[in-house]
Amino acid sequence: MGLTSQAAASTFADETRTNASLTKFLHGLPGVDQVGADERAAMLSTRSIKTSAKAEGIDLAISMIDLTTLEGMDTAGKIKTLCAKAQRPDPFDPTTPSVAAVCVYGDKVAQAKSYLTGTSIQVAAVATAFPSGRASRAVKLLDTSDAVAQGADEIDMVIDRGAFLEGRYLDVFEEIQEVKVACKSAHLKVIFETGELRTYDNVRRASWLAMIAGADFIKTSTGKVAPAATLPVTLVMLQAIRDFHNAGQRKIGMKPAGGIRTTKDALRYLVLVKETLGDAWLTPDLFRLGASSVLNDLLMQRKKLQTGAYSGPDYVTVD
Amino acid sequence: MSEHIEVRRTAKLFIGGAFPRSESGRTYEVKSPEGKFIANVAQGSRKDARDAVTAARAIQPKWAGATAYNRGQILYRIAEMMEGRRAQFIDEVSPWAKSAKKAEAEVDEAIDRWIWFAGWSDKIAMVVGSSNPVAGPFFNFSVPEPTGVVAAIAPSRPSLLGLVDTIAPIIVSGNTVVVIASEDAPMAAVTLGEVLATSDLPGGVINILTGSYAEVAPWLASHMDVNAIDLSGVENEKVAADLEKAAAENLKRSLRPGIELDGLTRIKNWLELKTVWHPRGF
Amino acid sequence: MSFEYAPAPESTSIVKLKPTYGLFINGVFVDGEKNFSTINPATEAHLAHIAEASEADVDRAVRAARVAFGSWSKMRGSDRAKYLYRIARIIQERSRELAVLESMNNGKPIRESRDVDLPLVAAHFFHYAGWADKLDYAGLGENPQPLGVAGQIIPWNFPLLMLAWKIAPALAAGNTVVLKPAETTPLTALLFAEICQQADLPAGVVNIVTGAGETGRALVNHPDINKVAFTGSTEVGRYIAQAVAGTNKKVTLELGGKAANIVFDDAAIDQAIEGIVNGIFFNQGHVCCAGSRLLVQESIAETVLGLLYERMKNLRVGDPMDKNTDVGAINSAAQLAKIRELSDAGEAEGADRWSAPCTLPEKGFWFPPTVFTNVSQVHRIAREEVFGPVLSVLTFRTPDEAVEKANNSPYGLSAGIWTEKGSRILEMSSRLRAGVIWANTFNKFDATSPFGGYKESGYGREGGRQGLEPYLKAASK
Repeated sequence: MGLTSQAAASTFADETRTNASLTKFLHGLPGVDQVGADERAAMLSTRSIKTSAKAEGIDLAISMIDLTTLEGMDTAGKIKTLCAKAQRPDPFDPTTPSVAAVCVYGDKVAQAKSYLTGTSIQVAAVATAFPSGRASRAVKLLDTSDAVAQGADEIDMVIDRGAFLEGRYLDVFEEIQEVKVACKSAHLKVIFETGELRTYDNVRRASWLAMIAGADFIKTSTGKVAPAATLPVTLVMLQAIRDFHNAGQRKIGMKPAGGIRTTKDALRYLVLVKETLGDAWLTPDLFRLGASSVLNDLLMQRKKLQTGAYSGPDYVTVD
Repeated sequence: MSEHIEVRRTAKLFIGGAFPRSESGRTYEVKSPEGKFIANVAQGSRKDARDAVTAARAIQPKWAGATAYNRGQILYRIAEMMEGRRAQFIDEVSPWAKSAKKAEAEVDEAIDRWIWFAGWSDKIAMVVGSSNPVAGPFFNFSVPEPTGVVAAIAPSRPSLLGLVDTIAPIIVSGNTVVVIASEDAPMAAVTLGEVLATSDLPGGVINILTGSYAEVAPWLASHMDVNAIDLSGVENEKVAADLEKAAAENLKRSLRPGIELDGLTRIKNWLELKTVWHPRGF
Repeated sequence: MSFEYAPAPESTSIVKLKPTYGLFINGVFVDGEKNFSTINPATEAHLAHIAEASEADVDRAVRAARVAFGSWSKMRGSDRAKYLYRIARIIQERSRELAVLESMNNGKPIRESRDVDLPLVAAHFFHYAGWADKLDYAGLGENPQPLGVAGQIIPWNFPLLMLAWKIAPALAAGNTVVLKPAETTPLTALLFAEICQQADLPAGVVNIVTGAGETGRALVNHPDINKVAFTGSTEVGRYIAQAVAGTNKKVTLELGGKAANIVFDDAAIDQAIEGIVNGIFFNQGHVCCAGSRLLVQESIAETVLGLLYERMKNLRVGDPMDKNTDVGAINSAAQLAKIRELSDAGEAEGADRWSAPCTLPEKGFWFPPTVFTNVSQVHRIAREEVFGPVLSVLTFRTPDEAVEKANNSPYGLSAGIWTEKGSRILEMSSRLRAGVIWANTFNKFDATSPFGGYKESGYGREGGRQGLEPYLKAASK
């Protein structure tokens, strides 16, 4: 494509010059009718994914997972297990694809990298005072640089929701830009915490703000706030990605995170992507599922398709 | 002192707030049941009916767009103006009333009827409309609206009260009307037109034709820019059926003769119901 | 890796078709003298033989209804309610079976018959069941009276839903009915007759006579019916209004439409696109209130059309039984011919035609979702009801112009408004001459909500309290 995040910044230079001009731009975006968006997502969730489609969907979903652990109690042992699972989700079936990435706190990046040496699995680190984002910008930038220095391939940052809700859009924008610089070559995912932004209008505005600022992915949630990812929120973000691309800009990736527990959930997200952005987005380069427990359900369903018999939790690994 | 020689009034049509003679130039003789000459009255024609529909259509959105409070006050004003001509009305219905007392009663009732209907203007929507508890994230309400231009054939008796009972429920909600008055007893209708002209009623809301309904009504029944027709005053069953059939061409709302109706139902006959939906969400 | 939807067919094994269906008169099925074949429009496969009711059959049905009226109208309202609740419950119990049968006979996608039609059918019976013992509050004063025997004629676009809209309020009010389903879609009505049997509904309260125009004519003209309720074309509605002229039969008519779906430049655009799609492609556009005229503000016309075309490419056209189908089969060869004729006229008159790319099945009746642009008010496709998946696009510059164009039609059934401005919604909805206004939504129905048209779209309302009134008269004083 050749389009870079700098291209977006220069295209929207006027809009992003002052907080007033950015506000005007964001508030000028078309509104989102909540009921209509919910309805569309609900309708798409009735898609019946069976047989070959289900098999394809399950493998695709597995390959898109950012296998995540973000706990205070994370240890080297936990990270090791997670990385092993990421490479070979089903130890008994080598045809099972590996996941896209593991997602950890910044201080666990080096460990994760070491366990994943020689694989194509990315290491993503949450940064910028995740999950609340309540720290000075200097700390956030340092948080980011540190993770990158440790070898993080991807950075999952959180936006400053307080600033966003105060209407200080330009502060949020500049912070994303600065984090992007700190990322160097690492891919930047920008988390909105949509459960705190509450309205779909805010979600659409945040999407545009982040895409112009240089996000490679936009992401719904930290997983620490309810509600986390929902189908309609994801739909609204996918539509923003579509509009951004239709406006001549690059393809932005999407990552719903949190609350995705079952194969059915995962397939519904794939349907949403397929019918909103098309098959071009159905790749781990442009779509990720931030989750952990869903993997085992995908593996059990995968086994069911192969053997014809329902599997059980004793036949997948608990990590 | 010589006796005052009465200045007779020319009985004309009432169309668009003006008092034209029939474009046909025709009049017909109105006589009392005893055969005494009363007046030459304009004999409305097909073209008069057409002009009346044009006038009624032109003013209809404005009349419907007036506030209900405003419409109510205007209907009340009509009663006030009638009261001032009470003696004249009694005089004019007398030849066809069974007794002087009955004539008086008819006029009083007609005046009171305007007041009763006036009060309905801002209450119809409350009684007829609703907000509907739909099973979903929507707010939805139903409101009555006027159906548009209504043609009416007023009953021949009682010539004044029947006319008021025909037109008041039509216009109170915002419809406009072209009414054919009692053919053989049209005098009170002519006077009512004069009352209406001084009642702040916008010209064209009520248009009164005198003459033969058998001649004029078919033109109204088949008129494609008329939304509804009140056949209450049609005594001949065959004529009523033919008019109803003609009215079906553009699916006019038709009220057949011979149906006893309470006042509110009379109003409801000339209403449409509109249901408006909107989602509820942040 | 690819991700293509595999076929996801709903099983038809739940439906047990009989080879032949008789007429449902006085609680039992009786043979007709002649039969006609009913088919699946998606495959043209024969489904069953259906009795064609003659004038004599209609007369028998009306007599049965008249006899039943005596006791049904005198039954306590609370008891009538119980029968209607029972019917509502059986519909819920047999919902999947009814949905499958509806899609088989009508051609509509199973997703719609399952998620839209059937839930609304059950809700309608449930709603009116509760009215049966509360008629004093219907708006006609105390102790209102039923009219008698209602002759009801319904269309083929929502066969069972239209049956529910007709039968539920009629029965709640104490009337008995003779109902004629559409010629091409009799099967769910006949299954409903079986449900009446399961519910032990007293014989003669509901009678179902199948047939075509002649059967309908016999019903409308029968001297012993008190009420005609019709949903269908304006042409037939006009005939009915003429046929009952000079009689004492009460009439309600729910007829055609050519609804304007008006999109302003400040609309929530993604939802507006969905609303446009839902407005015209829901049920193959076989919807009297379909948003068949898109009125889009000129300043955003290009954006809207771009998004609309992209969205339409995602419409899945094909096997109605596939759970992922969005647009199913046209209901009949005759309807398909009409859609083709009007579409060809659109092209001949100079409008630009665009159809969503889709592979249509070889057998059955199919028409691709189609949009006409560069349409003028004078074009036939802008004025006549196509009753198919064909959208005409017109533009406007100001709200006044939108109102004027929207109202410039003999029809007045529905309209759509898409804008984020509240005061504009209220002003627009009061100026549009139509019985149902959907603001920021479209094609929504509910048992509690009155539905019906202005002008040549008919008169009378169905749904809600107001939907009872056409089946009642005030107590005589």
